[in-house]
Amino acid sequence: MNIKYLTNGFFKENPIFKLVLGMCPALAVTTAALNGLGMGLSTTAVLICSNVVISLLRKVIPDEIRIPAFIVVIASFVTIVGMVMEAYTPALFATLGIYIPLIVVNCIIMGRAEAFAFNNGVLDSFLDGLGMGLGFTLALTVVGAIREILGSGSIFGISLFGASFEPALIFIMPPGAFLTFGLIMALLNKFEKNRQNKAKLKSASEKDSKANADAAVQEQTGGEAA
Amino acid sequence: MPENNMMLTVSSSPHIRHKDTTAGIMQNVVIALMPALLVACYVFGVKAFAIVAVCVAGCVLTEFAIEKIFKLPVTISDWSAVVTGVLLGFNMPVNAPIWMCLIGSVFAIGIAKMFFGGLGKNFMNPALAGRAFLLASWPTHMTGSAFIPLSDTYTSATPLAILKEGSNLGALPSNLDMFLGLNGVYGSIGEISALALLIGGIYLLVRGIINWRIPTVYLGTVAVISLIFGQDPIFMLCSGGLMLGAFFMATDYVTSPVTPKGQIIYAFGCGLMTMIIRLFGGYPEGVSYSILLMNMAAPLIERYTKPKVYGVAKPKKFGKKDKKEGEGDD
Repeated sequence: MNIKYLTNGFFKENPIFKLVLGMCPALAVTTAALNGLGMGLSTTAVLICSNVVISLLRKVIPDEIRIPAFIVVIASFVTIVGMVMEAYTPALFATLGIYIPLIVVNCIIMGRAEAFAFNNGVLDSFLDGLGMGLGFTLALTVVGAIREILGSGSIFGISLFGASFEPALIFIMPPGAFLTFGLIMALLNKFEKNRQNKAKLKSASEKDSKANADAAVQEQTGGEAA
Repeated sequence: MPENNMMLTVSSSPHIRHKDTTAGIMQNVVIALMPALLVACYVFGVKAFAIVAVCVAGCVLTEFAIEKIFKLPVTISDWSAVVTGVLLGFNMPVNAPIWMCLIGSVFAIGIAKMFFGGLGKNFMNPALAGRAFLLASWPTHMTGSAFIPLSDTYTSATPLAILKEGSNLGALPSNLDMFLGLNGVYGSIGEISALALLIGGIYLLVRGIINWRIPTVYLGTVAVISLIFGQDPIFMLCSGGLMLGAFFMATDYVTSPVTPKGQIIYAFGCGLMTMIIRLFGGYPEGVSYSILLMNMAAPLIERYTKPKVYGVAKPKKFGKKDKKEGEGDD
């Protein structure tokens, strides 16, 4: 068991901002922070369950038919999550609409099943699913919050600026999703670049030892992500 | 190079030197826009001038601030931000709030221009991108009664809006008024007088700043399509932002194709899109969207209209073999 698998999904391999997976629901449903959170959590639930089950079945599923097998597993859990949401959060279910059944074809879930759960133990797969799911949720909630503040002048449905504020409608329309995502990604890349530049400036010996450690970690995680 | 003029300059071709500079070209564009600004001040009063001034200041300051923050060379002296500011101001309705002008300027320069690498690297016209952003964000401030000065209780819509609604065609102004931009012809600040824009456009043509292809083909396409669909071509040419778009925005060096054949295709596309939106679309006016759409098609148009290089064998087309190699990428 490696706790690294849990934290990877938050920033280092954030599914949205780093791996750029699952963009369709991320762009479509993040018109409000609550929608982003709801979408993120339902995806997380499916991701954890499918990761665990696929990891359990990885010795049984033949390589040749693994994709259909994954889809059957994922679709079952999506159906369950959809029914639960319809029963207990009907309003959210109605808002997210077609994007709940579409979790089946979400690239993150398929990607983690293929890249991680199929080759790793149950506990690690659970942690990977949890981490990736929460990273996805975090990204969607942040994007949803920004779009809701700028596009509706509220956050989680609570009005922020009073009646005189005129929100920029574009942010709750599709172009707003692309704008928000692009700008956040640019910002994160800028931070990453600054961090790398700073790391380069460190002393040679320190750099060498650090590089070795980094390479080791990369070998562990990078190979699977690819 | 500037440190020591005695040194021989070593560079690759082209070696032709010309006295034109970016700043010189941009200043000429600003001069060419002045007649339209004067008409706007005459029709709308000093408010129109204030909006244009705010947009210019907003654009220049945004460019300056972003270059300072990212520690880039400051390029505001090339006047391109001024041109963007004037064009954005020209695209605003007279009743636009000042804060909206500033947000539009920040979007035009900050996101549409600087974030893509600054002048020469933006893929769409910054002023039009700013306008599209504002139109999508605050439609009530950008359409309908926003065009009409408060003192005027006589007119209620722009000519194209009257035509689109189709219920009160008697309120349409005469073609002469449309051409001059007087007597209750309203629209965005800079687009009302076709005559003033034509004067500016001819000035640019005479000075060699723009060539005839894009404006002529753009306007010609609009006129021909109007005739085909039984519309008055004079009305179609003089209304909306067509003159402004054809002479000043579709001709933007950065976002239009450089090849002569490409420019004709591009301008035809602009005209076609404009008329499709005007005749069949939801908006009364389609100049800005049509130019933005063709901006995005410009690299593709350039790619297919590359002139044959003299003395060089024709490059092989991508055959089946190449395609097969690429298939593994999925």
